[in-house]
Amino acid sequence: MKAAETLRAPSRWRPWEVALWALIWVMALVFGQHAALINEIAILALFALSLDLILGYAGIVSLGHAAYFGVGAYSAALFAKYVMPDPLVGLAVGTALGALLGLLTTPLIVRGTDLTRLMVTMGVALVLLELANKFSEFTGGADGLQGVVMGPLLGHFDFDLGARVASFYSLSLLFIAFVLMRRIVHSPLGLSMQALRDNRLRLTALGLSVNGRLAAVYTLAAALAGAAGALLAQTTGFASLDVFEFHRSADVMLALIIGGAGWLWGGLIGAIGFKLMHDLLSEVTPQYWTFWIGLFLVLLMLIGRERLFRPWTWFSKART
Amino acid sequence: MNSRRFHLITGAAAAAALAFGMQHAHAQADTLKIGVILPMTGQQASTGKQIDAAIKLWMAQNGNKAGGKTVEVIVKDDAGIPDTTRRLAQELVVNDKVVALAGFGITPSALATAPIATQSKTPMVVMAAATSAITAASPYVVRTSFTLPQAAVGLAEWATKNKIGKVVTLVADYGPGNDAEKYFAERMTLNGGKVLDKLRTPLRSPDFAPVLQKVRDAAPDALFVFLPSGQGAQFMKQFGERGLDKAGIRLIATGDVTDDDQLNDMGDVALGVVSSHHYSAAHDSPANKKFVAAFEAANKFRPNFMAVGGYDGMRVIYNALNASKGARGEALLNAMKGQLFESPRGPVLIDAQTRDIVQDIYIRKVEKKNGQLWNIEFDSIKQMKDPGKSK
Amino acid sequence: MLTLLFDGIAYGMLLFVLALGLAVTMGLMNFINLAHGAFAMAGGYILVLLMNRAGWPFLACLPAAFVLTALLGALLERTIYRPMYGRPHLDQVLFSIGLTFMAVAAVDYVMGSSQQNVQLPDWLRQRFEFGSGAWQLGMGAYRVFIVISCVALALMLQAVLSRTRFGSRLRAAVDDPRVAAGLGIPVDRIFLLTFAVGSGLAGLGGALGADILGVEPSFPLKFMVYFLIVCAVGGTSSITGPLVAALALGIADVLGKYYVPKLGGFIVYVLMIAILLWRPQGLFSREARR
Repeated sequence: MKAAETLRAPSRWRPWEVALWALIWVMALVFGQHAALINEIAILALFALSLDLILGYAGIVSLGHAAYFGVGAYSAALFAKYVMPDPLVGLAVGTALGALLGLLTTPLIVRGTDLTRLMVTMGVALVLLELANKFSEFTGGADGLQGVVMGPLLGHFDFDLGARVASFYSLSLLFIAFVLMRRIVHSPLGLSMQALRDNRLRLTALGLSVNGRLAAVYTLAAALAGAAGALLAQTTGFASLDVFEFHRSADVMLALIIGGAGWLWGGLIGAIGFKLMHDLLSEVTPQYWTFWIGLFLVLLMLIGRERLFRPWTWFSKART
Repeated sequence: MNSRRFHLITGAAAAAALAFGMQHAHAQADTLKIGVILPMTGQQASTGKQIDAAIKLWMAQNGNKAGGKTVEVIVKDDAGIPDTTRRLAQELVVNDKVVALAGFGITPSALATAPIATQSKTPMVVMAAATSAITAASPYVVRTSFTLPQAAVGLAEWATKNKIGKVVTLVADYGPGNDAEKYFAERMTLNGGKVLDKLRTPLRSPDFAPVLQKVRDAAPDALFVFLPSGQGAQFMKQFGERGLDKAGIRLIATGDVTDDDQLNDMGDVALGVVSSHHYSAAHDSPANKKFVAAFEAANKFRPNFMAVGGYDGMRVIYNALNASKGARGEALLNAMKGQLFESPRGPVLIDAQTRDIVQDIYIRKVEKKNGQLWNIEFDSIKQMKDPGKSK
Repeated sequence: MLTLLFDGIAYGMLLFVLALGLAVTMGLMNFINLAHGAFAMAGGYILVLLMNRAGWPFLACLPAAFVLTALLGALLERTIYRPMYGRPHLDQVLFSIGLTFMAVAAVDYVMGSSQQNVQLPDWLRQRFEFGSGAWQLGMGAYRVFIVISCVALALMLQAVLSRTRFGSRLRAAVDDPRVAAGLGIPVDRIFLLTFAVGSGLAGLGGALGADILGVEPSFPLKFMVYFLIVCAVGGTSSITGPLVAALALGIADVLGKYYVPKLGGFIVYVLMIAILLWRPQGLFSREARR
């Protein structure tokens, strides 16, 4: 029995996790006037969560995750504009299309070295960017897709100017995704993903299919990223080429690294930290805040992600 | 798990601390705030720089009181990303309770903000963006910049009067570019000219080499160009380098290409280029001479059409505040409509129906005066309404 | 058509010189350095500053760009790059992205966001035209200069690699650093020198191509993709690999934008994805790595 207990232990909700989620909901209620910012943080957190699935748990370095984000955003926006303005159906469409693209691109990421994967993922995002740009009759091109008016959420709640409804919508989605991911990560699939990240050769020696698992996880991550994108399009009523841009992929990766990859809270904390840092730095130096972000990144990497919070280890030799 | 705990605690603490730190000081009841959203970084940073300088000049010259109260200008950077513009506009309207929004460096930014202006009933003064359809996006939009159809039609008129029969158009692929291409081509064909080909370059990082080769192959009398400010210099150089001017192809463009801010850096290849625009720093009027002198004294660079858009935008807001005695919403908007004044560019009218700008369009040529390059005006079309509206 | 081909070749050669340093760094030190574009940008700005502010002639600025950027590269390698060897690729990627952000913002602050203008000397502004009609070959003197310089550089580098002791040590270190070190080859110093030369080449490329590629703060971000494509497709274990890849990329890009402007830019990306799918190690890599 003891062995089963040990295996099951990580999947139970710890008290501090419950407390933290409670804190998050309370803050969302209390800081109503910053609802727009909370909305953005929730969307970024969901995006980072999806990246964590492939980066933290499966070890795939992707610089083009924005591809799925963008596909979700544009499909939700186009759906709302031309088919039906209901937010939840649109969200489902965005998520589904994100998943579809993920499934289609899986063959690209299972082969090759880290560098190849980096290039291919970036390439996919760039291709989508160009496509969205060229088919401007559809997507509005460089001007962005205008005139996306969302219907009321659940038939009741209209998206208000103060973004309160939007922030709760995004936060709820984030919560659902988080709970879902928690289940998956502690399931056999999730455990085998961690094994894959740590030692791919051993996994194949055990007779488990690497490609199948990668496909499953990548598709799921793409679906979540698509959901995040759909949320962005719906809550802002707007979709522009920017959703495919490199800086989106880079920002989400940075957010995830700040929070720590490989445990689900990293995405949330990183998103909060990144957005707040961005806001704070922008107040101080509206033009050059990327410099400080860059400096932070460089220092973070030099010191080593594991040792960041143990200052006494900063100047000793890194144990590789 | 140690580092995770630390991550957590720090994250939570940081979040809480920063969240509390975000409480802005409450505004005094007597302050009127104007929210200006500009691209201070990114591709359009020169636009932001010019408008920011113009706003500061206006405030320096006219003080910070209007409509009986103190005026405070809040400038935010959207880096030219429409999502950011929208969020900043939302925050300015909801948190800072601004009486007016202003700025908007590119069309997508303005279009993204329009619904917010409508929903919150906040007048929105567009100081830079130039697509015709912007003023239709919301009943609260007022424009003090210009529209591409104004410049394009003006140039087409001049071209057909000056024996230019065959033209190839080259525009950047976004709202203003589409406008420029459409209205130029229409007017050209109406007057009996021919448009041989319509070429587009992407808004970001355009590559002019292949496209200029196409122009060369088509062998027109002239090449009509519209590019956003900032790309003009690059284009000019490529134009000269490929020998297009020597092949007998004239270059005619909207004034964004011979942007006053960049004109001197372009070198002699820009000499003789004919352009049409609503403002030249060399405009020969007392109001302009004063404006340019004051501007250059305060900054190390010349004002361009963006600066004059910002300057006049502030004037419109101040006039409206004074006329409506510090009102907000619809009352303020109505005070903006129909304003008539003398701008450094010439006489300006804010049309009461369309809320768009009615101004003189000048045809200019680049010439060298006192060792510097200027756009010297030699012809003009008076009080041109935006042709995009009369459809 | 011929003119376009020539333009593509010139562009490709430029990309080759720019990306070569990156390819060698990646092949030798297994370090993904996304900040390579920043060195190229540095070269461009050095050219601009020397020509416009100090009045140096164009030809003198090119070696200066090379040397100064190489020194910068050597300094950075010794201080902050060295601790990053052997780290997981993700860390290296983030580290170099951080450096790029810093470089971009710093340059923006010091030099301003707008394109810097380079006034080429008159002898580079001529144009040679042969033939007429569809087969006309028009060559700007500037592009001819670029092609000639890059070809000379490529030949010189190939000679260094195959004829000198340094070259053979370098090749040994690329093939197997541990055995090379075991043989007494000072791998550390070779890394330093190679990184410096690679960065110097990037700087030279940035200066040489300043008029075509532009000199502005967002240069590294704009062109990083192209450098990476050259390295990924061309492989990192030879000079000819990146050369062919760069030429193919340049020509495909220019021809694509002319003949199919609707698809223009992204033909290159699709091509890259296709090639990488077919041969994940790149077209010219000798064996599968890691």
